[in-house]
Amino acid sequence: MQAGEETLEKLVGEATVEIKNADGLHMRPAMQFVDLASQFDCDVTVSNGETDVDGKSIMQMSMLAATCGTRLKVRAQGPEAETAVEALRELVEVRMFDEPPPEGQR
Amino acid sequence: MEIKKGIAVSPGVSIGKCLIIDSEDYRIPRRQIEPSQRMAEVQRARNAFRDAIQELTELETAQEQTAGGRIKDIFAVHLRFLRDRSLRRKVTDAVHSDAISAEYAVSTVLREIASHFTNVKDTYISERAADIYDIERRLLKQLLGHTREDLDCLREEVIVVARELSPTQTAGFNKAFVKGIASDAGGRTSHAAIVARSLGIPAVVALEDLTEIVHGGDTVIIDGNRGLVIVNPDDDTIDQYEAYSAEFVALGHKLDTIREKSAVTRDGVKVMLLGNIEFPSEAASVLDKGGDGIGLYRTEFLYLNRPTEPTEEEHYRAYAQTVGVFRERPVVFRTVDLGADKYTQSKRFAPEPNPFLGLRSIRFCLQNLGMFKTQLRAILRASVLGQVKIMFPLISNIQELMQAKMILHDVMEDLDEESIPYNRDLDVGIMVETPSAALTASSLAREADFFSIGTNDLTQYTLAVDRGNELVSTLYSPSDPAVLRLMRMVIQDAYKSQIDLSVCGEMASEPEYVMILLGLGVRTLSLSVPMIPEVKQVILSVTMEDCNILTRKVLGMNSERQISNYLRNAARKILPAAF
Repeated sequence: MQAGEETLEKLVGEATVEIKNADGLHMRPAMQFVDLASQFDCDVTVSNGETDVDGKSIMQMSMLAATCGTRLKVRAQGPEAETAVEALRELVEVRMFDEPPPEGQR
Repeated sequence: MEIKKGIAVSPGVSIGKCLIIDSEDYRIPRRQIEPSQRMAEVQRARNAFRDAIQELTELETAQEQTAGGRIKDIFAVHLRFLRDRSLRRKVTDAVHSDAISAEYAVSTVLREIASHFTNVKDTYISERAADIYDIERRLLKQLLGHTREDLDCLREEVIVVARELSPTQTAGFNKAFVKGIASDAGGRTSHAAIVARSLGIPAVVALEDLTEIVHGGDTVIIDGNRGLVIVNPDDDTIDQYEAYSAEFVALGHKLDTIREKSAVTRDGVKVMLLGNIEFPSEAASVLDKGGDGIGLYRTEFLYLNRPTEPTEEEHYRAYAQTVGVFRERPVVFRTVDLGADKYTQSKRFAPEPNPFLGLRSIRFCLQNLGMFKTQLRAILRASVLGQVKIMFPLISNIQELMQAKMILHDVMEDLDEESIPYNRDLDVGIMVETPSAALTASSLAREADFFSIGTNDLTQYTLAVDRGNELVSTLYSPSDPAVLRLMRMVIQDAYKSQIDLSVCGEMASEPEYVMILLGLGVRTLSLSVPMIPEVKQVILSVTMEDCNILTRKVLGMNSERQISNYLRNAARKILPAAF
């Protein structure tokens, strides 16, 4: 074990987010998610309870095929973990990928 | 150099660079590579990603100035997929661990992802599979040379190589640049064959695994006379074929000199030669080749390559244009013969298990009356411009014919009410292409103004052979005694009822069948346009007496092989250069 590694701060962030836009996590939202996640200096893992995927890979994220109402667990690990999780939560739940919610909830 | 033997379906010789077309339903064949090739193959895959990214970036930039956000988003998503490290790793890992070609790795990995999407219940997300297929095509395009999308914007001459060609793909051809066609599957009457003959370019089909042997850009020779495809020929072979090709062209020019002559046998029997056309643009070539009109106007082209049904105006414009070229000469419109193909199958919830025995052709029209009536209106409106006839395909019983005629009368009444002019007395006939129609020809003749024997389907249904299936395509032959006997019945019944009769299947395009058709009593042939001069040459060289003797002999024969050998030998004596 190299010197310094154990003193490296283990920064971890975690949040459960719910997909709220009507069309779900299709290609364009997946792209937004990945683009945002990639801006932070940390690893991002997203889980739908069954599979864990890399939050910086559009292939893996889109394959989650998360529909409206799906809950995802977002975990980040690294120096910017907390900021990353907060920013991603905001994108998914508040901005809703700049897309409308389902009919009836507008 | 590698020589592949297939079935020659359209004559001529072409030498050129090949372009491999993939079809959506077709998987890239699994090709194993040597362990030593792995690194090179991994590099090919990496390069494909790199080049696809570059191509897409250029497209995206170009898009920025023009279209709106939607398309840009799509490109942006595709770009991120191509840059996705985990996707690239999946592909290169597959090459490494399974020792497979880069093409196959790309195809399997992306199709696996696509099927993952397809299986999602949410329709919006499951439709994203289309994006993945698009990415797959983009990568394969880098690996294989070109793809389907480029067929309509070809800049150089190519020889098209495909597993199988669909009507949709051939409709997109830029015909000026396609010099030859070769396909793994197919038979004499497959779509590739029909299109090649109508374009007058050589074609060879049933080559089984040609697409696995050639690479995009390889030089290939298509010998449509002998049914050969030569991959990466050596210089001697190329020289030899260039000379042979020149000879063949010279024969074509010689035949051009008979263009103005009527097709009359040496003992004075006149035969009418009409053209089969697929696209309106071919109409003029019928006159060029010395044809007397159009005996089969296939109208399906209007439905291809488009998401919506054609409007009445679109039908009318296409028809009026063609009829205008022919004026007093006959133009026979076959009503829509869709079915057993992508167009009808894609509209179904589940594909039909047995589409050739299913809802196709007139059956499809009779269940889609809106569409059928639109076409009938357009044909009727065009009927005042020349000698228009209507022909219903795949009639298999008299009720169908009565029903179709009733609908035609409904449409006529509608036109009367709207005071739109049409020719009330236009001929309405049927294609006789099912054994049931052939067997009941005498009663159908009372309701039809003419018969046209569709030998392709008649052969397929009589012999129970799928003409497109290379495993059984050798069993498919119009010179089978069963087919010839049915044809004789139909011809005799047409004579008894004194209605017009023609033959419009591929059989009429083949010089070797001319004599038997004349001997059976056929006086009107509707055939593939480039074949008109050759068939005319045969007619000019024979007497009816020759034909009658030959026919009597042939009808006494019991086996297809005996008949086809006999017919070929007889034809070879008349027109040696064509065989």
